[in-house]
Amino acid sequence: MAKKTGSATVQARPDGYGLKKTLKRNIGFFFILPWLVGFLIFRLYPFISSLIYSFTDFQLFDGVTKVGFMNYEEIFTSKKIMKAFGVTFKYAFITVPLKLIISLFIAYILNFKIKGVNLFRTAYYIPSILGGSVAIAVLWKAVFRDDGLLNTVLAFVGVKGPQWLSDPSYALFIICLLRVWQFGSAMVIFLAALKGVPLDLYEAAAIDGAGKVRRFFSITLPLITPVVFYNMVTQLCQAFQEFNGPYIITQGGPRNSTTLISLLIYNSAFRTYEMGMASAMAWLMFIVLTVFTAIAFISQKYWVYYSDDEGR
Amino acid sequence: MLYGKKRVANTIIRYVILIVVGIIMIYPLLWMVSATFKSNNEIFSGIGLIPKKVTFDGYKNAMKSYGGDINIFKAMRNTYSYVIPKVVFTVISSVVTAYGFSRFEFKGRNFLFAVLISTLFLPQVVLNVPQYVLYNQFGWIDSKYYLPLIVPTLFASETYFVFMLIQFMRNISREMEEAAQIDGCNTLQILIRIICPMLKPAMVSCALFQFMWSSNDFMGPLLYVKTPARYPAAIFVKLSMDADTGFDWNRVLAVSLISILPSLVVFFLSQNSFVEGITAGSVKG
Repeated sequence: MAKKTGSATVQARPDGYGLKKTLKRNIGFFFILPWLVGFLIFRLYPFISSLIYSFTDFQLFDGVTKVGFMNYEEIFTSKKIMKAFGVTFKYAFITVPLKLIISLFIAYILNFKIKGVNLFRTAYYIPSILGGSVAIAVLWKAVFRDDGLLNTVLAFVGVKGPQWLSDPSYALFIICLLRVWQFGSAMVIFLAALKGVPLDLYEAAAIDGAGKVRRFFSITLPLITPVVFYNMVTQLCQAFQEFNGPYIITQGGPRNSTTLISLLIYNSAFRTYEMGMASAMAWLMFIVLTVFTAIAFISQKYWVYYSDDEGR
Repeated sequence: MLYGKKRVANTIIRYVILIVVGIIMIYPLLWMVSATFKSNNEIFSGIGLIPKKVTFDGYKNAMKSYGGDINIFKAMRNTYSYVIPKVVFTVISSVVTAYGFSRFEFKGRNFLFAVLISTLFLPQVVLNVPQYVLYNQFGWIDSKYYLPLIVPTLFASETYFVFMLIQFMRNISREMEEAAQIDGCNTLQILIRIICPMLKPAMVSCALFQFMWSSNDFMGPLLYVKTPARYPAAIFVKLSMDADTGFDWNRVLAVSLISILPSLVVFFLSQNSFVEGITAGSVKG
């Protein structure tokens, strides 16, 4: 990822070219200059500082007294932190596949000639727009609390529902569900991709006797793999950083079953002001995420189909 | 004949799936709306959407101020006092950056573009701690003008939008620009007079997404806003939930609903722009 900036400054050489000419030739640079300055101050500098902090016991009000790998050692020996990493994996590997499958499935159905496509699309898309808000997290709590909406519905059909949010075996799944419920944006992207699949391919396959399922897996899916890839990577990045849901709905409980790593980072950084420790956890999470992203990018050549002109 | 029957069956199955999923998606939201008009005793006693007895207690209590310093309307005013500058600054700075990248050659362009793309994958969690330390040094924590939330947007800090705008700009033909250049327009004039009008739909998409994301943002204000009188709606809603959970659900849900009303209205007025924006950012990396 972004580790260093190059020597991209405009070199004004008084000899030969002339300042004015050089400026004119590099005028584009001035348009991106604000972004570059912002990148250096608000991205690159914090990025590097957090790496440095992670090797210290930096406390906001006490400064640094020790330097070394102790934060990382503590992370690997702390059961609580290791568990949080485990929970984060679980969260990511439940939400991402579920969301991809559901959004692709719904997009596939919507791609048939459906009356009122726009109405359905709107209905599915609203949760994606509002889902990140605190208001929806509050709603989630109202739906899944012990005597909440879901259990009222279940009681209506004669089933006694479990304690969704206070039972460690369900709580994480309910938090995952909040994310899966927001499949609308991924669906819209899939739908656009499906519309781009040329119809003559289907007709040819249909003449050859391929059924719907076969056609989906042999034609549609391979052709839209670039979009599957895009959705997968963006969802993965988001899932690893999820914070609002568990923070607002369960506060990481019951028995730390919904304590994602982002919650621990927040707690040690902004409750106890252990900036060094928080940075070490954040960096470890970043490394894990980078490894997954890298695997995804490398594996691309085995399963992602790019037509010749856009192969990267 | 058999083929036709199968076709009808398939169509029916499709609609059933779409409707069932649609109900799952929307029912909680509709229930939320109806719950705000129910009494606290009634909310969890049935699954119907129509209140047996309509009460406005939830809303009446929602108006009450919290600790004397803040109420939902003040909190919402606080929210939009940083959301709107964020939106404006993001659109302007992102358009300028995208213009630089998509229309000019300069030294290091390809390298910087790679840097720009890589920041898309840079998780905010890694940056939070040093950013907090930095803003603390600047004296921006709990700033009256929400500086930590607003200032970075002046520098096109959300590169997703830059990326999205570059995708749009690629599809705009350069003929007009070349003609304008011959007529003596300078690069800035070309941007403002030629590109911006054609880029309008994309700019609207950016503005809408930034509006939604900033209004929903919880982490930002959680870190950088400390004084209750300056709390935005996101924090206010969380506080009212913590304070009232268990006995005053109609108030909590009414507060929540009021807090997302502006977002809902904006969404219904501009749905298609969202769809255009989200697909433009993704198709063809």
